[in-house]
Amino acid sequence: MKRESFLKLAVVVIAVIAVFIMFIKPLAFSIRQGLDLQGGTHVVLEGVDTPQAKVNDDAMNRVVKIMENRVNAMGLTEPIIQREGQRRVIVELPGVKNPDKAINILGKTAMLEFRDEDGNTVLTGTDLKDAREETDQQGQNLVSLEFSPEGAKKFAKLTEENVGRTISILLDGKVLTAPRVNEPITGGKAVITGNRSLEEAHNLALLLRSGALPVKVKIIETRTVGPTLGQDSKDKSEFAFTIGVGAVVLFMLFFYRVSGFIADISLMAYVLILLFALKMLNATLTLPGIAGIILSVGMAVDANVLIFEHFKEEIRSGKTLRWAMDSGFKRAFTTIFDSNLTTIIAAVVLFFFGTGPIRGFAITLGLGVILSMFTAITMTQYLLKWLIASNIIHNPHLFGASLFTEKAVKK
Amino acid sequence: MKRFDIVGHRKIWYSFSSLIIIAGLICMFTKGFNLGIDFTGGTLIDLKFEQAVNINDVRKTMDDYGLGNSQIQLSGKSNNSLKATDVMIRTKDLSQSERQNIMSGLKQKLGNYKVLREEKVGATIGRELIMNAVWATLLSWLLIIAYVSYRFEFKFGLAAILALVHDTLVVLSIFSLTQKEIDSSFIAAILTIVGFSVNDTIVIFDRIRENLKLHFRRGGDIEELANHSIYQTLTRSIYTVTTVLVTTISLYVFGGDTTRDFAFALIVGFAFGSYSSIFTATPLWLTFREYSEKRHAQKRINANAAK
Repeated sequence: MKRESFLKLAVVVIAVIAVFIMFIKPLAFSIRQGLDLQGGTHVVLEGVDTPQAKVNDDAMNRVVKIMENRVNAMGLTEPIIQREGQRRVIVELPGVKNPDKAINILGKTAMLEFRDEDGNTVLTGTDLKDAREETDQQGQNLVSLEFSPEGAKKFAKLTEENVGRTISILLDGKVLTAPRVNEPITGGKAVITGNRSLEEAHNLALLLRSGALPVKVKIIETRTVGPTLGQDSKDKSEFAFTIGVGAVVLFMLFFYRVSGFIADISLMAYVLILLFALKMLNATLTLPGIAGIILSVGMAVDANVLIFEHFKEEIRSGKTLRWAMDSGFKRAFTTIFDSNLTTIIAAVVLFFFGTGPIRGFAITLGLGVILSMFTAITMTQYLLKWLIASNIIHNPHLFGASLFTEKAVKK
Repeated sequence: MKRFDIVGHRKIWYSFSSLIIIAGLICMFTKGFNLGIDFTGGTLIDLKFEQAVNINDVRKTMDDYGLGNSQIQLSGKSNNSLKATDVMIRTKDLSQSERQNIMSGLKQKLGNYKVLREEKVGATIGRELIMNAVWATLLSWLLIIAYVSYRFEFKFGLAAILALVHDTLVVLSIFSLTQKEIDSSFIAAILTIVGFSVNDTIVIFDRIRENLKLHFRRGGDIEELANHSIYQTLTRSIYTVTTVLVTTISLYVFGGDTTRDFAFALIVGFAFGSYSSIFTATPLWLTFREYSEKRHAQKRINANAAK
């Protein structure tokens, strides 16, 4: 039994240290990095209501699609384009070389309208489903249009009322083309003919298809972080992390000796598990996120400090190591639970109210508290049990039990 | 060893805290806060020049565009008060072409640079951020008071929340007094402080609750019990605030410009969060307890007198 416990302890300790040394860096660097760390451009777009087109869910989804097209056309790697809230779209472009150009392309308002001769806007970009260039049997280049069910109805009405007249198609208020209506078109499909080169037809189709936003959109926020600053922030936070963790490890060793060492092993396991969880959750590591991790390391040892303080008290009252350890864990548990739950409450509120990097911080903090509770209670407890069972240490001094005691243990 | 009577001197702690908060409140209403462009809206340009540049030259160039009143800050290599390589300019919300003009103007007059950071935030976002921050803080207070009242009793919950309000006001006061910049990460800092401070308070309250159950029935002085509970958890309080401060101070010193103000808020908040658990929350709980006892006693006297 003695030997078995010692073996278990040794295996876990050596395994944690080895895994920590070997994998901490590759693991940390394989987590997706935010723009503040790797450099890049962050753009927030907001849909704006106009009399012609109101912002709605469908329109904003189309804005996302169109932004994806525009970003893909720029040939950037790993862009993130996502909706936020009712009327916002966030575009993240890592490592973009020319941010101004990118912002220009994204910010093109490009709102599409179909107007009758009296200048009434009848259809907008929302109604258009697709536009393609084609060549017919006579070798004429044309642009074929396909409308959404709603759009098809409107277009049918428009063409019925305007046979022989022209309809203008405007992009950003500029007339792209003004075809004449030859007959009512009810099937939801139409073609625009005219003397165009294939390239002109292609460009027109492209503008109609992906250049046109269903609603007016404006850029409300842009942030660009240069690669120099990104690298600098990364190096500095890595250094801060090393110093912070190192200090906590030494601190625990100094004040709690052997149990401090065990707590340090749990702390290493905690950092590994946290990074692994972040990777699995596909989280993005930002500067505030790293701050959250560094901070959680400081807070992670709190549970162990609480347990060890109870343990010291029990030792002082004359209990055996084993008994003292057990009751230390038991007594500390409610305190740890109550106190950590309040931090989790704050993290949850932060998650639901925060945006972007603040959310990242909330995730690392909340996850950190939960995981650290697990390692600090479960893992430390097992390791300490094995340590005591292996019977190699008897002196309570080695558990830091008499550093700040006022009175020696009385038998 | 006779221990220092912490809760007995509570008037001192109350006055100390009030002093900071009152000074802070005066400052908040007169000088206000140094709000970053996250809140006010505006444009930020952070450049690293190849050669150190003079702050007056930067200002002169900005003046050419009618933006001489911009906030210009130097840091980085050969940093004396007038010359440095890193220049940070904060100004009103500029259009993209305006900003490009200014940046090419700076290049022409002052030499080549690398762009470290460029930000442009609209003013509406800032207003939303402030409102969200206020709601988030209030909501977290409400949830915490509910949880603590459920697990302990209302008097504990109220004392814990007042300690939190105290910590928040102190951090706000210090940011107003030092005029350090407040950006969106400040909200994260405040809520983390809230989490930490209540965590710290609960450890002490938990001990008081335990001691009340174990010893108080046998009779005894409630103030002594409070002091005793504080001293029982004191080592832990000191150790924990030390480890957390060590990690945040390392973030402050080594973490770089972008997280510096965030780390500063955390340092102030943790230090006061730890202080308030001992010197504000516990005495407040006692004050509430005494007040309600007095009221009960008064009721009993009144009831007796009525007979």
